[in-house]
This record gives sequence, structure tokens and C-alpha cells, in this order.
Amino acid sequence: MTGGGNAIVAGVELRNLTRRFGDFHALDSVNLSIREGEFLVLLGPSGCGKTTLLRMIAGLERPTSGEILIGGERMDGDVPPRARGIAMVFQSYALYPHRTVFRNIAFPLEAAGLPRAAIDQKVRWAAEMFSITRYLDRYPRQLSGGERQRVALCRALVRDPQVFLLDEPLANLDAKLRNTARDELKRFQRQIKRTTVYVTHDQVEAMGLGDRIAVMDAGKVRQIGTPQEIYEDPVDTFVATFVGQPPMNLIEVPGGTLLGFRPENFLPRAQFAAGEPLRPFGFAVRRVEYLGSDRYVYGTVTDAGAGDATVIAKLPATVSTAIPDGETLPFAVPERALCRFDAATGARRRP
Amino acid sequence: MPFRRRHRRQAQAVSLHRRRTLADREDVLGVAMLAPALAYVILLVGVPFVLAIILSFSTASAGSLTFGWAGFANYAAILADPIFLRSLGNTAIVTIGSQVLVVVLATAAAQVFRAAFHGKRTARFVLLLPWAVPVSLAAIAWTWIFDSTFSVINWTLKVSGLLHGWLYWLGEPGLALFAIIVVQAWRIFPFATIIVLAGLASLPQDVMEAAIVDGAGFWRRLFHVELPLLLPVVAVAVLFGVVYTATDLGVVYILTGGGPANTTQVLPTLAFQRGIQGSDLGQGAAIAVFLLPFLIVVAIAMLRLARHTEVGAR
Repeated sequence: MTGGGNAIVAGVELRNLTRRFGDFHALDSVNLSIREGEFLVLLGPSGCGKTTLLRMIAGLERPTSGEILIGGERMDGDVPPRARGIAMVFQSYALYPHRTVFRNIAFPLEAAGLPRAAIDQKVRWAAEMFSITRYLDRYPRQLSGGERQRVALCRALVRDPQVFLLDEPLANLDAKLRNTARDELKRFQRQIKRTTVYVTHDQVEAMGLGDRIAVMDAGKVRQIGTPQEIYEDPVDTFVATFVGQPPMNLIEVPGGTLLGFRPENFLPRAQFAAGEPLRPFGFAVRRVEYLGSDRYVYGTVTDAGAGDATVIAKLPATVSTAIPDGETLPFAVPERALCRFDAATGARRRP
Repeated sequence: MPFRRRHRRQAQAVSLHRRRTLADREDVLGVAMLAPALAYVILLVGVPFVLAIILSFSTASAGSLTFGWAGFANYAAILADPIFLRSLGNTAIVTIGSQVLVVVLATAAAQVFRAAFHGKRTARFVLLLPWAVPVSLAAIAWTWIFDSTFSVINWTLKVSGLLHGWLYWLGEPGLALFAIIVVQAWRIFPFATIIVLAGLASLPQDVMEAAIVDGAGFWRRLFHVELPLLLPVVAVAVLFGVVYTATDLGVVYILTGGGPANTTQVLPTLAFQRGIQGSDLGQGAAIAVFLLPFLIVVAIAMLRLARHTEVGAR
């Protein structure tokens, strides 16, 4: 096994990975290097190719061209999933409905030909880890969504894979459960320190879980970076508006430039310390949404040259300034929080 | 419910303006549309069925219109009759034997037809032919295949050096029964294949992929994932097969006529022989009706199995 000239043994390395369906590029020459032990989130809207990418790492789909390396070893298209050292958790969990929880978790071990005693020990160890020992004799249909998800994780865990592949494993849980499940997942990953590739379209999950996030759109990786980099330093308007809720405000200013700023940085002038470099705007308030911890203020920027663009301001509850509908108020954005994009290409313009 | 009342009043107000057509009157329309089907079921299934039960308790015979109450005499007579008991056994052997063959063949064929290959449509059409061919025509063709002089099977075996003597397919009781099983299986298996194929298509794709990722090979996936999940579908296919085979008259009648010496007689052929050809309507009906409770039990068991596993799959 030669890693070529590569000094770093990557958890997973993708080189020029392409997948075409007829004329449609599901994946367009993707290069991605996932570090050993890293939790990488593939984030993007549906149809952006993130699941295709995951399935290719798993070996469930063949790339049209390009290379996949797992643990430094090249995986050709015909290396079957079982030989790739991966385990996968599906969005639907894909549990075997006719098998008990125990026999679900034992399935990959049986397939690997482990002796009974070893299987028993390993299943119980995994079940212990996810505290589902008391469900071992039940069938999947007798479990709640959260319990099924844990069984699916257990089944992946006992294979002792080099890489965990998770395809939106929290998408089928209700909102309340998702928070705890997210926390549990992250703790679990920290504990076992395995390379994990996690697919989601939910930016909150991505931000909360990922060591790094790869934002994908139309078969391409737009940006890869830590959650903070992705949020504060987006490389283009797609990333800027896809990540963040509500999305980044974009207003066109002279010179073919789009000026971008996050709603939480768009505040009444009086909120800023004197002497902080500011970009002032007149903000014509249309409507205020009271959301408890925040207020969302919808309106238009009536600045010279700003061309009446609709923007949103997100005021934390600590800002108690009265915002009457229909009035134009002095707002501002700190200069450090402004991003400039090319209006034609959407690419970031660095000063 | 004030809303519903208002709703109804509005509907009435609208209908006052126009004449109500047949299509508006669901009660009349429903009866009118069901009538042909009801008439068919009552006249061609219900009446003969009730008649058969009544006849089985009578001394009626073909050619006379007298009806004498016989009580359980007909049943007592057939139960004491070794030919009847043999037919009952043969019916069970043929039904079970052919269905075992059908399940194996249909599962295998479904695997083949699931794969993409050139000429799949044509192959599927050819596969379905045995099911579409009328029983009598098919059975006549098979009598030639099994013919004591011209059997292509014997000829093929002989030429390839596998056979040294000669097989009298329809002349030896054991072989004849085997021949009947083969023809019954041949007849039912296309239909079962189609059912299993449909079942395969409805299996959750991600569960199958999970099995691949979990490292299960073809046989493990087949026996530990696919077949258990297909069980309800296979049960339905077998249920149809059991009913078709156990009640079939044509194949045995044409292939062996129940011979040699009543050794391949099954219940339908025996009922036909006694009741119609032998004019003993009462005994013929008793033989025909005899299987009913068994088939009902089989049907209920199969449907329960199907429902149980289906609920389990959720």
C-alpha cells in the first residue's frame, strides 16, 4: 500500500470524484480530504449530490471517474462495501424488521463468521453503550424512532469500522428528540474517535456536530471549513444564504457588488459603541415578528444606492428599543461583519 | 353539527334546480353496478355450491329427479372406500409436492428476472405462457412428452447416456404421480414467479443495501433477509397454488384418467367419475365437498401468516 507522495494518511480522500447520470452531473469533480478521526458534515440542499457522495464512499454506487481512498488504500469501483472498512446508518435506519434488536445488531457479526460467544459479548457491549440492553429481545416495530436510531448505530458500531457513514440519521426523529440525539451522537463520536461522514440538509445539525462542514451545491463542494469559518467567512452567496437562519442579507450596491451581513449584526445605531467603524443604513420597518428570545424586523434599506432591498434584522431580547411599523430608523452594520460578493458570479470579493 | 346541516341544505338547494340523474343517486347506482357481478357469483358459484352440499346428503342420481335424504351415508361410504382414501392421499401429495417445487422454482426465477438482461421482456412473456395456455391443451401436449413410446424425456436421457432401461411415465404409479406433480408445478409456477417478483420490487431498498454494507453475501441476503421479508407474498402465491392444484380436474383426467388402476386418482377426478360418469350424484358431491373444510383451514392459516408477517414488517 503506497500512499503516493501523500504524507498525511487521510481518513477518506476523494480525488476528482465524478458521477454522471446521462447529462446530469450528480457529482462534479469533487476533491475532499477527510482527516483521521474527523467528524465531517456534508451539508447541502436536496439533490446537491451529498447522498450520492456518501453512497460512493460506501461502495453502493460506482463513480463515473475519480478515486476514493479509505485509510490510504485505494477503493476501486468493484471493492464491495464489506471490504471497505465502513459502516453505514441509513435515514430510515433500515433495520431488519423480522429480526429482534439483538439479531439486528448481530447480523454483521454473523456475516463475518464470528463465534457465538464473541457475537454475544460484542452485541451486549454495544447495546450497553447506547443503553438499549433492555430492548434486545424486541422487534424494531416495538421501538420508538429514537430507539430504532440507536439500534442502527449499534449495528454500525459492532462492525468496528474505520469510517462511519451516516445518512441523515436524525431526520426521522421529532424535533424534541433531535437535540438529545445530536448530543448523544457527538459524545459517542468523541468517545470512539472514528472518522465520521455525516450527511444532512439541516444547517443546525451541521453546525452543532461537524468538526468541519463541506457545503455542497449542484454536485460541487462550495466550501469546506469549520462551522465558524462557514458562517462568518462564506466564500460565495450560496454558502452565505444557505447557512444561517434567517439567511444573510444581500443588498446590491454600486460597482457590481453585493453587500452581505448577518441579521444579528444589523442593529439600531445606538447599540454600537462610539468609535466602532460602522456602515450606517436607513431601515424602513415594515413588520416586526416577536419570537420570545429575538425579534425579527422585516423592512427595506433606503440607503443611497442600495436599491430598496428587503432585509431582516434579528434583535436579541436584550435590545429593548421600540421598533414601530412604518417608520424609518437609523440602523448600522459594523464594518468587520460586512462581506462583499461579486454581483455577477456570487463569488466573494476580498479587500 | 351545524356546519354539516348547512352543508346539506346547500346541496339540496342546488339539486332543486336540476333533475337528479342516476349518477347522483349513489344508493341506486351502487346496486345497479353491483348487480351483474352479484348475479354471476350467486348463479354460477353460490347455487352450485349449496346444491353440492345438499346433494352430498342425498341419494340423488343422474337421470332421475327424485331426492332422498341419505344423511351421512354418502360420507360413510366414501370414507370406507380405499380408492377414496388413496385419492385423498394423492391430492395431498400432488398439492404439496407441486407447491414445494413451485416455491423453489419461482424464487429462483424471480432472482433471474430481477437482473437486467437483454431480451428480458420476451423472456417474461415466454415465462407467462404456461399460465395462459388452457389446461386441457397443455395437458394433451404433456401426454406426448410422457408418451410410453415417443417420450422426448426418455429419448433425451437415452441419447445422453443417462438412461439404460425405459421409463413408462404414465404407466407406473410412482412415475405417473411424479409426472402429475411436474405438470401442476409447470402450470402454477409462472404466476407464482410474477407474484414473487412483485414482492421483490416492494422490498425496502435500504434494508437490502444495509445487508450489503453489513457484509452479507448473496445466500445470506437471500435466506436471512429477502425470503423472510417475502414470506407474506410467498404465502399468498402458495395459497393460490394450493387451491388451483387441489381442485384441478383437467391435468389428471387427461394425463392418466386416474389410472393405472386408480393409483393416481385425485378427489376432483374421482368425484367426476363417481358423480357424473357413474351417475351417483350424492357420492360424487360428497367427494367434491370433502376437501372444502381443509381448504378453508389452509386459506385461513395462510392469510393469518401473511397478515402476521406483514404487521411485523412495519
